[in-house]
Amino acid sequence: MTRDYHKYISTRAIELQPSGIRKFFDLAAGMEGVISLGVGEPDFITPWNIRDRSIEALSDGFTSYTANAGLLELREEICAYLNRRFDVTYQPENEVIVTVGASQALDLTFRTLLNSGDEVLIIEPAFVAYASLVAMAGGIPVSVSTYAENGFKVTPELIEASITKRTKAILICSPNNPTGTCLNKEELTAIAEVVEKHDLIVVSDEIYAELTYDQAFTSFSSLPRMFERTILINGFSKGFAMTGWRLGFIAAPKELTSIMLKIYQHTTMCAPHMLQLGAIEALRNSSEQVEKMQKSYWRRRNLLVQSLNRIGLDCHMPGGAFYVFPSIKKTGLTSEEFAENLLKEEKVAVVPGSAFGPSGEGYVRCSYATSIEQLQEAVVRMERFLGRYVDR
Amino acid sequence: MKLLQEQLDILEILEENHQVSTKSIAEQLQLDEEEVKKHIKQLEQDGIIVSYPALIDWSKIEGKEAIVAMVDVKVTPKRGVGFDEVAERIYRYPEVKSLYLMSGTYDLSVSVEGKSMKDIALFISEKLSTIESVVSTTTHFMLKKYKHDGVIMEGDKDDDRRMVITP
Repeated sequence: MTRDYHKYISTRAIELQPSGIRKFFDLAAGMEGVISLGVGEPDFITPWNIRDRSIEALSDGFTSYTANAGLLELREEICAYLNRRFDVTYQPENEVIVTVGASQALDLTFRTLLNSGDEVLIIEPAFVAYASLVAMAGGIPVSVSTYAENGFKVTPELIEASITKRTKAILICSPNNPTGTCLNKEELTAIAEVVEKHDLIVVSDEIYAELTYDQAFTSFSSLPRMFERTILINGFSKGFAMTGWRLGFIAAPKELTSIMLKIYQHTTMCAPHMLQLGAIEALRNSSEQVEKMQKSYWRRRNLLVQSLNRIGLDCHMPGGAFYVFPSIKKTGLTSEEFAENLLKEEKVAVVPGSAFGPSGEGYVRCSYATSIEQLQEAVVRMERFLGRYVDR
Repeated sequence: MKLLQEQLDILEILEENHQVSTKSIAEQLQLDEEEVKKHIKQLEQDGIIVSYPALIDWSKIEGKEAIVAMVDVKVTPKRGVGFDEVAERIYRYPEVKSLYLMSGTYDLSVSVEGKSMKDIALFISEKLSTIESVVSTTTHFMLKKYKHDGVIMEGDKDDDRRMVITP
Protein backbone atom coordinates (compact mmCIF):
# COMPACT_ATOMS: atom_id res chain seq x y z
CA MET A 1 0.00 0.00 0.00
CA THR A 2 1.35 3.42 -0.84
CA ARG A 3 1.13 5.98 1.84
CA ASP A 4 -0.78 9.16 1.19
CA TYR A 5 1.78 11.85 1.91
CA HIS A 6 -0.55 14.67 1.05
CA LYS A 7 -1.78 15.05 4.58
CA TYR A 8 1.78 15.49 5.85
CA ILE A 9 2.63 18.31 3.47
CA SER A 10 2.01 21.96 4.23
CA THR A 11 -0.60 23.82 2.26
CA ARG A 12 1.94 26.51 1.55
CA ALA A 13 4.28 24.03 -0.10
CA ILE A 14 1.49 22.46 -2.11
CA GLU A 15 0.24 25.81 -3.34
CA LEU A 16 3.69 26.86 -4.48
CA GLN A 17 3.81 27.26 -8.28
CA PRO A 18 6.36 25.01 -9.97
CA SER A 19 8.77 26.86 -12.23
CA GLY A 20 7.42 27.16 -15.77
CA ILE A 21 10.91 26.43 -17.01
CA ARG A 22 10.98 22.90 -15.67
CA LYS A 23 8.75 21.48 -18.38
CA PHE A 24 11.02 22.72 -21.17
CA PHE A 25 14.02 21.46 -19.39
CA ASP A 26 12.55 17.96 -19.37
CA LEU A 27 11.56 18.23 -23.01
CA ALA A 28 14.93 19.57 -24.20
CA ALA A 29 17.13 17.43 -21.97
CA GLY A 30 16.52 14.23 -23.94
CA MET A 31 17.17 15.76 -27.38
CA GLU A 32 20.31 15.63 -29.48
CA GLY A 33 21.65 18.61 -31.39
CA VAL A 34 19.72 21.25 -29.48
CA ILE A 35 21.00 24.81 -29.63
CA SER A 36 20.02 26.33 -26.35
CA LEU A 37 19.17 29.98 -25.98
CA GLY A 38 17.49 28.97 -22.76
CA VAL A 39 20.37 29.12 -20.37
CA GLY A 40 20.30 31.78 -17.69
CA GLU A 41 24.00 31.69 -16.90
CA PRO A 42 27.32 32.67 -18.49
CA ASP A 43 28.93 30.36 -21.03
CA PHE A 44 32.31 31.21 -19.54
CA ILE A 45 33.97 28.98 -16.99
CA THR A 46 35.04 30.82 -13.85
CA PRO A 47 38.40 32.55 -14.50
CA TRP A 48 41.28 30.26 -13.65
CA ASN A 49 42.87 32.42 -10.95
CA ILE A 50 39.65 32.19 -8.93
CA ARG A 51 39.35 28.42 -9.37
CA ASP A 52 43.01 27.99 -8.56
CA ARG A 53 42.64 29.97 -5.32
CA SER A 54 39.82 27.73 -4.12
CA ILE A 55 41.67 24.56 -5.12
CA GLU A 56 44.60 25.79 -3.05
CA ALA A 57 42.29 26.69 -0.18
CA LEU A 58 40.84 23.22 -0.23
CA SER A 59 44.25 21.54 -0.21
CA ASP A 60 45.37 23.85 2.56
CA GLY A 61 42.46 22.64 4.62
CA PHE A 62 40.14 25.63 4.73
CA THR A 63 37.17 23.43 5.41
CA SER A 64 35.75 24.92 8.59
CA TYR A 65 32.79 27.22 9.21
CA THR A 66 33.41 30.93 8.92
CA ALA A 67 31.68 33.80 10.69
CA ASN A 68 27.97 33.77 9.83
CA ALA A 69 28.28 36.92 7.76
CA GLY A 70 31.27 35.45 5.92
CA LEU A 71 35.02 36.03 6.23
CA LEU A 72 35.73 39.60 7.29
CA GLU A 73 38.40 39.78 4.59
CA LEU A 74 35.77 38.96 1.97
CA ARG A 75 33.30 41.46 3.40
CA GLU A 76 36.02 44.10 3.25
CA GLU A 77 36.64 43.27 -0.39
CA ILE A 78 32.91 43.38 -1.12
CA CYS A 79 32.60 46.83 0.44
CA ALA A 80 35.64 48.07 -1.46
CA TYR A 81 34.20 46.64 -4.67
CA LEU A 82 30.76 48.19 -4.14
CA ASN A 83 32.38 51.51 -3.44
CA ARG A 84 34.73 51.35 -6.40
CA ARG A 85 32.18 50.16 -8.94
CA PHE A 86 28.85 51.56 -7.78
CA ASP A 87 29.70 54.44 -5.51
CA VAL A 88 27.97 53.09 -2.40
CA THR A 89 29.46 52.85 1.08
CA TYR A 90 28.86 49.94 3.43
CA GLN A 91 30.66 48.87 6.59
CA PRO A 92 32.23 45.41 6.35
CA GLU A 93 31.81 44.79 10.09
CA ASN A 94 28.03 44.92 10.18
CA GLU A 95 26.40 45.86 6.89
CA VAL A 96 27.27 42.94 4.62
CA ILE A 97 26.32 39.26 4.66
CA VAL A 98 27.80 36.68 2.31
CA THR A 99 25.03 34.31 1.26
CA VAL A 100 24.63 31.09 -0.65
CA GLY A 101 23.76 32.74 -3.95
CA ALA A 102 21.67 35.84 -4.49
CA SER A 103 18.63 33.56 -4.27
CA GLN A 104 19.28 32.94 -0.62
CA ALA A 105 19.88 36.63 -0.11
CA LEU A 106 16.37 37.24 -1.41
CA ASP A 107 14.93 34.53 0.80
CA LEU A 108 16.64 36.00 3.84
CA THR A 109 15.40 39.46 2.90
CA PHE A 110 11.76 38.48 2.64
CA ARG A 111 11.82 36.40 5.81
CA THR A 112 13.21 39.44 7.55
CA LEU A 113 10.78 41.97 6.13
CA LEU A 114 7.43 40.28 5.82
CA ASN A 115 4.54 39.70 8.15
CA SER A 116 1.70 37.58 6.93
CA GLY A 117 -0.25 39.54 4.34
CA ASP A 118 2.39 42.17 3.62
CA GLU A 119 2.53 43.02 -0.05
CA VAL A 120 5.64 43.18 -2.19
CA LEU A 121 5.51 44.78 -5.62
CA ILE A 122 7.26 42.73 -8.26
CA ILE A 123 8.01 44.31 -11.60
CA GLU A 124 6.93 41.85 -14.27
CA PRO A 125 8.12 40.06 -16.39
CA ALA A 126 10.22 38.85 -13.51
CA PHE A 127 12.68 36.16 -12.48
CA VAL A 128 10.71 32.98 -11.80
CA ALA A 129 11.50 32.71 -8.10
CA TYR A 130 10.51 36.17 -6.85
CA ALA A 131 6.80 35.61 -6.30
CA SER A 132 7.37 32.23 -4.66
CA LEU A 133 10.02 33.61 -2.33
CA VAL A 134 7.63 36.33 -1.18
CA ALA A 135 4.83 33.80 -0.74
CA MET A 136 7.01 31.39 1.23
CA ALA A 137 7.84 34.18 3.63
CA GLY A 138 4.12 34.73 4.16
CA GLY A 139 3.87 37.82 1.99
CA ILE A 140 1.69 38.54 -1.01
CA PRO A 141 3.44 39.13 -4.32
CA VAL A 142 1.75 41.88 -6.33
CA SER A 143 2.68 42.07 -9.98
CA VAL A 144 3.32 45.36 -11.70
CA SER A 145 3.19 44.70 -15.42
CA THR A 146 5.50 46.46 -17.85
CA TYR A 147 5.15 46.65 -21.60
CA ALA A 148 7.29 46.25 -24.70
CA GLU A 149 6.18 49.64 -26.08
CA ASN A 150 8.12 51.20 -23.25
CA GLY A 151 11.04 48.76 -23.42
CA PHE A 152 9.61 46.96 -20.36
CA LYS A 153 10.53 49.88 -18.14
CA VAL A 154 8.53 50.41 -15.00
CA THR A 155 7.30 53.94 -14.32
CA PRO A 156 6.35 55.66 -11.06
CA GLU A 157 2.74 55.73 -12.29
CA LEU A 158 2.65 51.96 -12.79
CA ILE A 159 4.08 51.45 -9.33
CA GLU A 160 1.76 53.89 -7.63
CA ALA A 161 -1.28 52.27 -9.20
CA SER A 162 -0.41 49.03 -7.38
CA ILE A 163 0.39 50.45 -3.96
CA THR A 164 -2.02 49.66 -1.13
CA LYS A 165 -1.89 50.15 2.62
CA ARG A 166 -0.27 46.74 2.89
CA THR A 167 2.57 47.44 0.47
CA LYS A 168 5.86 47.13 2.26
CA ALA A 169 8.49 46.78 -0.39
CA ILE A 170 9.30 46.93 -4.09
CA LEU A 171 11.56 44.42 -5.72
CA ILE A 172 13.53 45.92 -8.59
CA CYS A 173 15.82 43.91 -10.82
CA SER A 174 17.87 46.07 -13.17
CA PRO A 175 19.28 44.87 -15.53
CA ASN A 176 16.31 42.59 -15.69
CA ASN A 177 15.90 38.88 -16.18
CA PRO A 178 14.15 38.11 -18.60
CA THR A 179 13.85 41.40 -20.53
CA GLY A 180 17.41 42.73 -20.19
CA THR A 181 15.90 46.12 -19.45
CA CYS A 182 18.06 48.59 -17.55
CA LEU A 183 16.76 51.52 -15.56
CA ASN A 184 18.97 54.59 -15.71
CA LYS A 185 19.61 57.10 -12.97
CA GLU A 186 16.69 59.38 -13.88
CA GLU A 187 14.24 56.50 -14.04
CA LEU A 188 15.39 55.14 -10.69
CA THR A 189 15.26 58.58 -9.14
CA ALA A 190 11.64 58.90 -10.21
CA ILE A 191 10.92 55.57 -8.51
CA ALA A 192 12.78 56.74 -5.40
CA GLU A 193 10.28 59.59 -5.03
CA VAL A 194 7.40 57.12 -4.93
CA VAL A 195 9.34 54.99 -2.46
CA GLU A 196 9.77 57.93 -0.13
CA LYS A 197 6.22 59.15 -0.54
CA HIS A 198 4.81 55.78 0.46
CA ASP A 199 7.53 54.94 2.97
CA LEU A 200 8.66 51.71 1.32
CA ILE A 201 11.74 49.51 1.28
CA VAL A 202 13.43 48.65 -2.01
CA VAL A 203 14.89 45.23 -2.58
CA SER A 204 17.35 45.92 -5.37
CA ASP A 205 18.50 42.79 -7.16
CA GLU A 206 21.68 43.97 -8.84
CA ILE A 207 23.03 40.58 -9.83
CA TYR A 208 23.44 41.70 -13.47
CA ALA A 209 25.07 45.02 -12.58
CA GLU A 210 28.38 44.04 -14.18
CA LEU A 211 26.56 43.27 -17.41
CA THR A 212 25.35 46.74 -18.35
CA TYR A 213 26.27 47.96 -21.80
CA ASP A 214 25.20 51.34 -23.08
CA GLN A 215 24.96 53.43 -19.94
CA ALA A 216 26.74 53.29 -16.62
CA PHE A 217 24.96 51.13 -14.05
CA THR A 218 23.24 52.98 -11.22
CA SER A 219 22.79 51.22 -7.90
CA PHE A 220 19.52 52.15 -6.24
CA SER A 221 21.36 52.54 -2.98
CA SER A 222 23.54 55.29 -4.46
CA LEU A 223 20.57 57.63 -4.96
CA PRO A 224 20.10 60.44 -2.43
CA ARG A 225 18.46 59.21 0.80
CA MET A 226 18.01 55.70 -0.62
CA PHE A 227 20.80 53.97 1.29
CA GLU A 228 18.53 53.73 4.32
CA ARG A 229 15.69 52.24 2.25
CA THR A 230 17.63 49.80 0.10
CA ILE A 231 18.50 46.16 0.54
CA LEU A 232 21.16 45.68 -2.10
CA ILE A 233 21.52 42.17 -3.40
CA ASN A 234 24.35 41.12 -5.65
CA GLY A 235 26.70 38.19 -6.11
CA PHE A 236 29.38 36.55 -8.12
CA SER A 237 27.28 34.39 -10.44
CA LYS A 238 26.81 36.52 -13.52
CA GLY A 239 29.58 39.11 -13.66
CA PHE A 240 32.33 36.71 -12.56
CA ALA A 241 30.87 33.59 -14.22
CA MET A 242 30.50 31.79 -10.88
CA THR A 243 26.91 30.53 -10.93
CA GLY A 244 27.66 27.07 -9.55
CA TRP A 245 29.61 28.48 -6.62
CA ARG A 246 26.41 29.80 -5.13
CA LEU A 247 27.89 32.94 -3.68
CA GLY A 248 25.95 36.13 -3.25
CA PHE A 249 25.73 38.93 -0.76
CA ILE A 250 23.43 41.40 0.90
CA ALA A 251 24.40 44.96 1.74
CA ALA A 252 21.95 46.85 3.89
CA PRO A 253 21.71 49.12 6.94
CA LYS A 254 22.90 47.29 10.05
CA GLU A 255 19.48 47.43 11.69
CA LEU A 256 18.34 45.04 8.95
CA THR A 257 21.43 42.88 8.55
CA SER A 258 21.52 42.16 12.29
CA ILE A 259 18.07 40.57 12.06
CA MET A 260 18.93 38.76 8.85
CA LEU A 261 21.99 37.34 10.50
CA LYS A 262 19.83 35.87 13.25
CA ILE A 263 17.84 33.92 10.66
CA TYR A 264 20.97 33.01 8.73
CA GLN A 265 22.60 31.52 11.83
CA HIS A 266 19.79 29.07 12.16
CA THR A 267 19.26 28.19 8.51
CA THR A 268 22.69 28.09 6.87
CA MET A 269 25.51 29.11 9.23
CA CYS A 270 27.72 30.45 6.46
CA ALA A 271 28.77 30.14 2.84
CA PRO A 272 31.45 27.52 2.09
CA HIS A 273 34.83 28.60 3.43
CA MET A 274 37.05 27.55 0.52
CA LEU A 275 34.70 29.21 -1.97
CA GLN A 276 34.72 32.45 -0.03
CA LEU A 277 38.50 32.50 -0.46
CA GLY A 278 38.02 32.15 -4.21
CA ALA A 279 35.58 35.06 -4.08
CA ILE A 280 38.24 37.25 -2.46
CA GLU A 281 40.51 36.46 -5.39
CA ALA A 282 37.65 37.28 -7.77
CA LEU A 283 37.22 40.75 -6.31
CA ARG A 284 40.93 41.46 -6.15
CA ASN A 285 42.27 40.18 -9.43
CA SER A 286 39.64 39.63 -12.07
CA SER A 287 38.57 43.02 -13.36
CA GLU A 288 40.32 42.52 -16.68
CA GLN A 289 38.61 39.20 -17.26
CA VAL A 290 35.25 40.56 -16.16
CA GLU A 291 35.65 43.35 -18.70
CA LYS A 292 36.52 40.86 -21.40
CA MET A 293 33.36 38.89 -20.69
CA GLN A 294 31.25 42.05 -20.67
CA LYS A 295 32.60 42.98 -24.05
CA SER A 296 31.92 39.55 -25.43
CA TYR A 297 28.28 39.69 -24.25
CA TRP A 298 27.92 43.17 -25.71
CA ARG A 299 29.02 41.93 -29.12
CA ARG A 300 26.69 38.98 -29.01
CA ARG A 301 23.78 41.14 -27.89
CA ASN A 302 24.29 43.43 -30.88
CA LEU A 303 24.41 40.46 -33.23
CA LEU A 304 21.34 38.72 -31.82
CA VAL A 305 19.13 41.81 -31.57
CA GLN A 306 19.93 42.80 -35.12
CA SER A 307 19.42 39.25 -36.41
CA LEU A 308 16.10 38.73 -34.63
CA ASN A 309 14.72 42.03 -35.84
CA ARG A 310 15.85 41.15 -39.36
CA ILE A 311 13.98 37.84 -39.39
CA GLY A 312 10.88 39.49 -38.03
CA LEU A 313 11.03 38.82 -34.29
CA ASP A 314 10.76 42.37 -33.01
CA CYS A 315 12.73 43.18 -29.93
CA HIS A 316 14.03 46.24 -28.14
CA MET A 317 17.75 46.73 -27.52
CA PRO A 318 18.22 45.55 -23.94
CA GLY A 319 20.67 47.59 -21.88
CA GLY A 320 22.01 44.73 -19.81
CA ALA A 321 22.08 41.09 -18.66
CA PHE A 322 22.37 38.50 -21.45
CA TYR A 323 18.78 38.23 -22.58
CA VAL A 324 16.79 39.41 -25.53
CA PHE A 325 13.01 39.34 -25.21
CA PRO A 326 11.45 39.34 -28.68
CA SER A 327 7.74 39.42 -29.46
CA ILE A 328 6.39 36.28 -31.09
CA LYS A 329 2.85 37.63 -31.41
CA LYS A 330 2.79 37.61 -35.20
CA THR A 331 3.04 33.81 -35.21
CA GLY A 332 -0.35 33.60 -33.55
CA LEU A 333 1.11 31.10 -31.09
CA THR A 334 1.21 31.43 -27.33
CA SER A 335 4.71 31.77 -26.02
CA GLU A 336 4.56 28.25 -24.65
CA GLU A 337 3.43 26.82 -28.00
CA PHE A 338 6.12 28.80 -29.75
CA ALA A 339 8.84 27.48 -27.47
CA GLU A 340 7.57 23.94 -27.66
CA ASN A 341 7.17 23.89 -31.46
CA LEU A 342 10.50 25.61 -32.01
CA LEU A 343 12.20 23.02 -29.87
CA LYS A 344 10.48 20.08 -31.55
CA GLU A 345 10.74 21.34 -35.13
CA GLU A 346 14.08 23.15 -35.17
CA LYS A 347 15.78 22.08 -31.96
CA VAL A 348 16.26 25.56 -30.64
CA ALA A 349 15.47 26.02 -26.97
CA VAL A 350 14.07 29.33 -25.74
CA VAL A 351 12.08 30.06 -22.61
CA PRO A 352 8.43 31.07 -23.02
CA GLY A 353 7.78 34.57 -21.70
CA SER A 354 4.80 33.32 -19.74
CA ALA A 355 7.22 31.58 -17.36
CA PHE A 356 8.07 35.05 -16.10
CA GLY A 357 4.49 36.04 -15.35
CA PRO A 358 1.37 36.77 -17.40
CA SER A 359 2.84 39.97 -18.83
CA GLY A 360 5.56 37.89 -20.49
CA GLU A 361 2.94 36.20 -22.67
CA GLY A 362 3.58 36.89 -26.35
CA TYR A 363 7.34 36.95 -25.87
CA VAL A 364 10.19 34.48 -25.46
CA ARG A 365 13.47 34.84 -23.65
CA CYS A 366 16.57 34.22 -25.75
CA SER A 367 19.86 34.11 -23.92
CA TYR A 368 22.91 35.12 -25.91
CA ALA A 369 25.32 33.51 -23.46
CA THR A 370 26.35 31.04 -26.12
CA SER A 371 28.87 31.11 -28.95
CA ILE A 372 28.48 33.38 -31.97
CA GLU A 373 28.37 30.31 -34.24
CA GLN A 374 25.52 28.82 -32.20
CA LEU A 375 23.66 32.12 -32.19
CA GLN A 376 23.95 32.40 -35.95
CA GLU A 377 22.79 28.84 -36.47
CA ALA A 378 19.88 29.42 -34.07
CA VAL A 379 18.81 32.45 -36.09
CA VAL A 380 18.87 30.42 -39.32
CA ARG A 381 16.66 27.79 -37.71
CA MET A 382 14.30 30.36 -36.24
CA GLU A 383 13.92 32.09 -39.59
CA ARG A 384 13.00 28.77 -41.18
CA PHE A 385 10.52 28.16 -38.37
CA LEU A 386 8.92 31.58 -38.79
CA GLY A 387 8.54 30.92 -42.51
CA ARG A 388 6.06 28.20 -41.62
CA TYR A 389 4.03 30.26 -39.17
CA VAL A 390 4.03 33.80 -40.49
CA ASP A 391 2.53 34.93 -43.81
CA ARG A 392 4.94 37.21 -45.53
CA MET B 1 50.21 53.95 -34.05
CA LYS B 2 46.93 54.84 -32.40
CA LEU B 3 43.80 53.01 -33.48
CA LEU B 4 40.11 53.73 -33.26
CA GLN B 5 38.08 51.76 -30.71
CA GLU B 6 36.20 50.01 -33.50
CA GLN B 7 39.48 48.95 -35.11
CA LEU B 8 40.61 47.49 -31.81
CA ASP B 9 37.29 45.66 -31.52
CA ILE B 10 37.74 44.21 -35.02
CA LEU B 11 41.24 43.01 -34.14
CA GLU B 12 39.94 41.29 -31.01
CA ILE B 13 37.36 39.39 -33.01
CA LEU B 14 39.81 38.41 -35.76
CA GLU B 15 42.42 37.28 -33.27
CA GLU B 16 39.89 34.88 -31.80
CA ASN B 17 38.75 33.57 -35.18
CA HIS B 18 39.78 35.15 -38.46
CA GLN B 19 37.16 33.26 -40.42
CA VAL B 20 34.31 35.37 -39.02
CA SER B 21 32.50 37.07 -41.88
CA THR B 22 32.62 40.82 -42.21
CA LYS B 23 28.84 40.81 -41.95
CA SER B 24 29.01 39.12 -38.56
CA ILE B 25 31.69 41.53 -37.37
CA ALA B 26 29.54 44.44 -38.48
CA GLU B 27 26.55 43.10 -36.56
CA GLN B 28 28.57 42.42 -33.45
CA LEU B 29 30.01 45.90 -33.36
CA GLN B 30 27.00 47.82 -34.65
CA LEU B 31 28.97 48.99 -37.68
CA ASP B 32 28.36 49.11 -41.41
CA GLU B 33 29.80 46.11 -43.26
CA GLU B 34 31.59 48.32 -45.79
CA GLU B 35 33.17 50.17 -42.92
CA VAL B 36 34.43 46.90 -41.45
CA LYS B 37 35.93 45.88 -44.79
CA LYS B 38 37.64 49.24 -45.07
CA HIS B 39 39.10 48.96 -41.58
CA ILE B 40 40.41 45.44 -42.18
CA LYS B 41 42.05 46.48 -45.43
CA GLN B 42 43.69 49.40 -43.69
CA LEU B 43 44.91 47.21 -40.83
CA GLU B 44 46.41 44.79 -43.34
CA GLN B 45 48.10 47.57 -45.27
CA ASP B 46 49.53 49.03 -42.09
CA GLY B 47 51.06 45.66 -41.22
CA ILE B 48 49.01 45.39 -38.04
CA ILE B 49 47.25 42.30 -39.29
CA VAL B 50 50.28 40.33 -40.48
CA SER B 51 48.75 37.06 -41.67
CA TYR B 52 45.89 34.65 -41.05
CA PRO B 53 47.46 31.26 -40.30
CA ALA B 54 45.63 28.17 -39.07
CA LEU B 55 46.99 26.54 -35.93
CA ILE B 56 47.60 22.92 -36.87
CA ASP B 57 48.66 20.16 -34.51
CA TRP B 58 50.97 18.24 -36.86
CA SER B 59 51.96 15.89 -34.06
CA LYS B 60 48.61 14.13 -34.47
CA ILE B 61 49.30 13.19 -38.09
CA GLU B 62 51.25 10.05 -38.80
CA GLY B 63 54.37 10.74 -40.79
CA LYS B 64 54.03 14.46 -40.23
CA GLU B 65 55.31 14.63 -36.66
CA ALA B 66 57.96 17.28 -36.36
CA ILE B 67 60.74 17.69 -33.85
CA VAL B 68 61.15 21.11 -32.37
CA ALA B 69 64.10 22.48 -30.47
CA MET B 70 64.41 25.76 -28.62
CA VAL B 71 67.97 26.99 -29.06
CA ASP B 72 69.46 29.64 -26.79
CA VAL B 73 72.03 31.51 -28.83
CA LYS B 74 74.71 33.84 -27.54
CA VAL B 75 76.04 36.26 -30.14
CA THR B 76 78.40 39.19 -30.38
CA PRO B 77 76.42 42.17 -31.58
CA LYS B 78 77.94 44.21 -34.38
CA ARG B 79 78.57 47.90 -34.26
CA GLY B 80 75.90 49.85 -36.13
CA VAL B 81 73.49 46.96 -36.70
CA GLY B 82 73.31 45.44 -33.22
CA PHE B 83 71.59 42.09 -33.26
CA ASP B 84 69.48 42.73 -36.34
CA GLU B 85 71.97 41.51 -38.89
CA VAL B 86 72.68 38.18 -37.25
CA ALA B 87 68.99 37.77 -36.48
CA GLU B 88 68.16 38.15 -40.12
CA ARG B 89 70.80 35.65 -41.16
CA ILE B 90 69.18 33.15 -38.82
CA TYR B 91 65.48 33.79 -39.39
CA ARG B 92 65.80 33.51 -43.16
CA TYR B 93 66.32 29.75 -42.79
CA PRO B 94 62.98 27.99 -43.28
CA GLU B 95 63.93 25.58 -40.45
CA VAL B 96 63.62 28.50 -38.04
CA LYS B 97 60.00 28.84 -36.91
CA SER B 98 60.44 31.73 -34.53
CA LEU B 99 63.17 33.99 -33.30
CA TYR B 100 63.17 36.39 -30.40
CA LEU B 101 65.77 38.73 -28.97
CA MET B 102 65.88 38.06 -25.23
CA SER B 103 67.14 39.71 -22.11
CA GLY B 104 69.14 37.61 -19.68
CA THR B 105 71.89 35.02 -20.04
CA TYR B 106 71.60 34.54 -23.78
CA ASP B 107 70.60 36.77 -26.67
CA LEU B 108 68.46 34.99 -29.22
CA SER B 109 65.82 32.36 -28.66
CA VAL B 110 65.45 30.35 -31.83
CA SER B 111 62.91 27.60 -32.39
CA VAL B 112 64.03 25.14 -35.00
CA GLU B 113 61.88 22.50 -36.59
CA GLY B 114 63.01 19.34 -38.35
CA LYS B 115 61.87 15.84 -39.20
CA SER B 116 64.36 14.20 -36.86
CA MET B 117 66.82 15.02 -34.12
CA LYS B 118 69.53 14.45 -36.65
CA ASP B 119 68.08 17.14 -38.92
CA ILE B 120 68.14 19.62 -36.10
CA ALA B 121 71.61 18.65 -34.93
CA LEU B 122 72.85 19.10 -38.45
CA PHE B 123 71.22 22.50 -38.80
CA ILE B 124 72.69 23.72 -35.55
CA SER B 125 76.20 22.45 -36.12
CA GLU B 126 76.46 23.34 -39.76
CA LYS B 127 74.35 26.43 -40.18
CA LEU B 128 73.65 28.13 -36.90
CA SER B 129 76.88 27.78 -34.96
CA THR B 130 79.04 28.50 -37.95
CA ILE B 131 77.69 32.03 -38.27
CA GLU B 132 80.66 34.09 -37.20
CA SER B 133 79.03 36.24 -34.54
CA VAL B 134 77.43 33.23 -32.85
CA VAL B 135 79.39 32.52 -29.68
CA SER B 136 77.52 29.53 -28.33
CA THR B 137 74.30 27.54 -28.58
CA THR B 138 72.31 25.53 -26.03
CA THR B 139 69.68 23.24 -27.46
CA HIS B 140 66.49 22.11 -25.67
CA PHE B 141 64.30 19.57 -27.43
CA MET B 142 60.59 20.13 -26.98
CA LEU B 143 58.81 17.07 -25.64
CA LYS B 144 55.18 18.13 -25.71
CA LYS B 145 53.27 21.21 -26.72
CA TYR B 146 50.57 22.01 -24.16
CA LYS B 147 49.64 25.51 -25.19
CA HIS B 148 50.60 27.54 -28.22
CA ASP B 149 49.83 31.22 -28.82
CA GLY B 150 47.08 31.20 -26.21
CA VAL B 151 45.48 28.01 -27.47
CA ILE B 152 45.42 24.85 -25.39
CA MET B 153 46.44 22.04 -27.75
CA GLU B 154 44.99 18.95 -26.12
CA GLY B 155 41.34 19.96 -26.47
CA ASP B 156 40.22 22.58 -24.00
CA LYS B 157 38.53 20.87 -21.09
CA ASP B 158 36.19 23.83 -20.80
CA ASP B 159 33.20 22.02 -22.26
CA ASP B 160 29.75 23.43 -21.84
CA ARG B 161 28.48 21.69 -18.74
CA ARG B 162 25.41 23.87 -18.28
CA MET B 163 21.93 22.43 -18.28
CA VAL B 164 19.91 23.16 -21.40
CA ILE B 165 17.49 25.49 -19.69
CA THR B 166 18.03 27.36 -16.44
CA PRO B 167 16.11 30.25 -14.91
